[in-house]
Amino acid sequence: MRKDHYKSAVEETPFHRRTAAANHTNLWGRWAGFTTVSCYEEVEREYFAIRNAATLFDLSPMIKYKVTGPEAEAYLNRLVTRDISKLPVGRVAYCLWCDDEGKVLDDGTLFRLSQDDFRLCCQERNLPWLQDAAFGFDVDVEDISSQIAALALQGPTSASVLRALGVSEIDDLRPFNFTQAFFAGGTLLISRTGFTGDLGYELWVDPLLAEALWDRLMEVGAPLGLRPIGSQALDIVRLEAGFIVTNVDFVAANQAVRRNRGRSPFELGLGRLVDLKKGHFNGRRALLRDSKEGPKHNLVLLDIQGNKAAEGAIIYHRKSREVGHVTSAHWSPTCKTNLAFASLQAPYGSEITDDIWAQVYTLKELKWDKVMASCQIVPRPYFNSVRRQVTPPGDW
Amino acid sequence: MSERYDSLIIGGGHNGLVCAATLAQAGQQVLVLEAREQVGGAAVTEEFAPGFKVSSCAHLLYQLHPQVVTDLKLKDHGLTFVNPDLATIAIGSDGDFLRLHGPEIWGDLPEGELAAYQALRQRLLKMAAALRPLLTMPPPRLGTAGTADRHGLLKMGWTLRKMGQSQLRDFLRIAGMNVADLLEDELSASLLKGALAWDGVVGSHAGPRSPGTVLSYLYRLTGQVDNRQGAIAQPVGGMGTVTRAMLEACQAAGVTVQANAPVGQIKVQNDRACGVVLTDGREIRANAVISNADPRHTFLDLLGARHLDTGFVTRIRRLRAKGNVSKLHLALDGTPSFTGLSARDLAGRLLISPSIDYLEEAFNPAKYGEFSRSPAMEITLPSLQDASLAPGGKQVLSATLCYTPYALKGGWEVMRERLADQVIDQLELYAPGIKAQVIDREILTPRDLEMRFGMAGGHWHHAEMAIDQLLMMRPVPGAAQYATPVAGLYLCGAGSHPGGGVMGVAGMNAAHTILNDKG
Repeated sequence: MRKDHYKSAVEETPFHRRTAAANHTNLWGRWAGFTTVSCYEEVEREYFAIRNAATLFDLSPMIKYKVTGPEAEAYLNRLVTRDISKLPVGRVAYCLWCDDEGKVLDDGTLFRLSQDDFRLCCQERNLPWLQDAAFGFDVDVEDISSQIAALALQGPTSASVLRALGVSEIDDLRPFNFTQAFFAGGTLLISRTGFTGDLGYELWVDPLLAEALWDRLMEVGAPLGLRPIGSQALDIVRLEAGFIVTNVDFVAANQAVRRNRGRSPFELGLGRLVDLKKGHFNGRRALLRDSKEGPKHNLVLLDIQGNKAAEGAIIYHRKSREVGHVTSAHWSPTCKTNLAFASLQAPYGSEITDDIWAQVYTLKELKWDKVMASCQIVPRPYFNSVRRQVTPPGDW
Repeated sequence: MSERYDSLIIGGGHNGLVCAATLAQAGQQVLVLEAREQVGGAAVTEEFAPGFKVSSCAHLLYQLHPQVVTDLKLKDHGLTFVNPDLATIAIGSDGDFLRLHGPEIWGDLPEGELAAYQALRQRLLKMAAALRPLLTMPPPRLGTAGTADRHGLLKMGWTLRKMGQSQLRDFLRIAGMNVADLLEDELSASLLKGALAWDGVVGSHAGPRSPGTVLSYLYRLTGQVDNRQGAIAQPVGGMGTVTRAMLEACQAAGVTVQANAPVGQIKVQNDRACGVVLTDGREIRANAVISNADPRHTFLDLLGARHLDTGFVTRIRRLRAKGNVSKLHLALDGTPSFTGLSARDLAGRLLISPSIDYLEEAFNPAKYGEFSRSPAMEITLPSLQDASLAPGGKQVLSATLCYTPYALKGGWEVMRERLADQVIDQLELYAPGIKAQVIDREILTPRDLEMRFGMAGGHWHHAEMAIDQLLMMRPVPGAAQYATPVAGLYLCGAGSHPGGGVMGVAGMNAAHTILNDKG
């Protein structure tokens, strides 16, 4: 960290000069202490670029930890709910980690760089917990967030952009695998991961090469429709793709002040990421108990009648009984569906799934209108492109 | 061949033995594994110089619970006292002293001081007696929906409520206070206040002006010897007699006891403790593994953090256990003469803690990792009335020293003998000629106590006895009901409720919990 960091309230990412130049709206948001672009020009154009061409999103504020040592695998297996011993070198796993009560602290992607070298990327700062968890393990945990700049290159033509850049390694790169390529005298780590539910990559590079990478991508990507996107457009696609965001769709258990605000993986609909048979891990005993008692909440994806985003809506059963609330909501232009994540009290969302209603509020020239809109619980992800799975990726 | 028991107890300290005997009396096959050559933990009598024996750690008995005495029939197994009710001699400078025995004080006191002392003593004894039922009550878990926990909480509340309005109000007022403030409110004689303050701080990382020392004083006053509340006893043959009687009770109940059997690891299978591996590689299986070792050693060394959740491990790592007491043992070539004291007085408990300020000043250096230039001390000459402890005509002096911090600047290897020299020089001031009488000596620093008795931080009570580490907080939430997060693993030592002191209640409560768990 810079010695004079205290002189400004926010940090700038390694791409800042490029993103600032491209930010015609001057709309900025805060992300993990960094200022990042909310919208470069127009949310709709950026959204449709993600779904129809290729886009660049500055991912640098993502928190990154380096986990190394002879017991790195044992350490991570005790930390996260999935079985990491099955993760081969060169592969990425989406995983969750919980506190002692089995409530989720954060989710993230775990890269296995070698047998004893991992990288954990996540939304929230988790260093104190990660270091406490290291007690008793021969492992080193280091925050390397500022040592890596990152771009999400997402969309149907994203593979073509990389090919135009001269990266041939992506031809046999399967989803959730990563590879390394030479770039400008340095190394570019490319993972076939993303937040959009479509074909896409995340590019990890030395901050010193950040601007060169941006410039080259924009140059070779221009004919393929490549444009930068801000967080607003991304928020629509991640909802379509069924991805949750920590402290939006659930509260990180260690940040919750009120009782019963924490959520277990089961309560977030992510029970498939919990391996109760792999041996002990943080929260296992509580989750074992929970798995017998069943979840107390259900996070569900809703298709809500109408086209008004149901932001902040309260969810009712039979239009009368309050059973939950919406955590994220957008109209999905591609699916032509009014989507929302909602947290419901069990058994709503599990045993009881019909007759669910959302009270949607809309502001019409300083007057609030409310309508009861019927809801269908839909599977996640709602948007799931075949492009995402095909290897080698098509030249769209 | 692998052996198998119902219950296996790691450590044959007094709590381990009480737990073992109680379980065996209920019909269990029980094994006690003791690392040292003899059981007894910190309540043992050992030879420290040829022909001289001493109670190596705890040297007086004041809290052994009457239920433990009856359940284990300790009197039948040889527990007798040289004196069940020792007098306390508060030594001042220039041959000045007070003699405290029960409600009486002999010595120069200001007008009205004796009455004030008696009133205060009565008030605190009554309060301690009212709190006594809490000792044998396994503390409830907070924030659960379990009926047992709710019932426990109600029982605990009822115990307090039964004190009555004025006593409960008084308790709530003074419980969190420091003992100096309480004594200064009621008394004026420095020597008396200094002596009483000792009992509020000994064994803790606390001075008389540290908060919570009234509570530790009350804890001590819950103790009784032969129905005399607050009495101090000297067992015949030293403290080893107490645990010898417990060992006999164990043997009578059919407990197997193995000495020289240090445990290296607690074995876990399918998330359940299933036995132990000794340091020599031998494996022993049991349905329940019960640890008399301190919580830190149990969870972090024997079990291993990987079998536990991170939050729990962090709580255990933060457990406060900074031992602050050393023991000095002197082999003397004759009876020392303390200025002003009669031969009868020497057989009592001698306290060098002449004022609250003296005691607090002795504590000050300990905060910064140094031992006191003028330590406070509790001295006994156990051989005066117990010839078994020293050769004819010779005497044993046993002194408990406050304050000598575990984490000493410069390290104990270098400073150990310097401390002994300094304390002997100090003793010379009170007992001229004693230095020349010393034939041999042994000094046990907190580091030595840790090594010898396996107590983390050399702390008498395995974990500081303070409000944040008592009841349902002892040692930490998640392990405060003797059961631990790992099924089949239990705690039974001083690190569990109600805490340290040669009391035996933690071991007894643990045994009852285990028997209940079995249904």
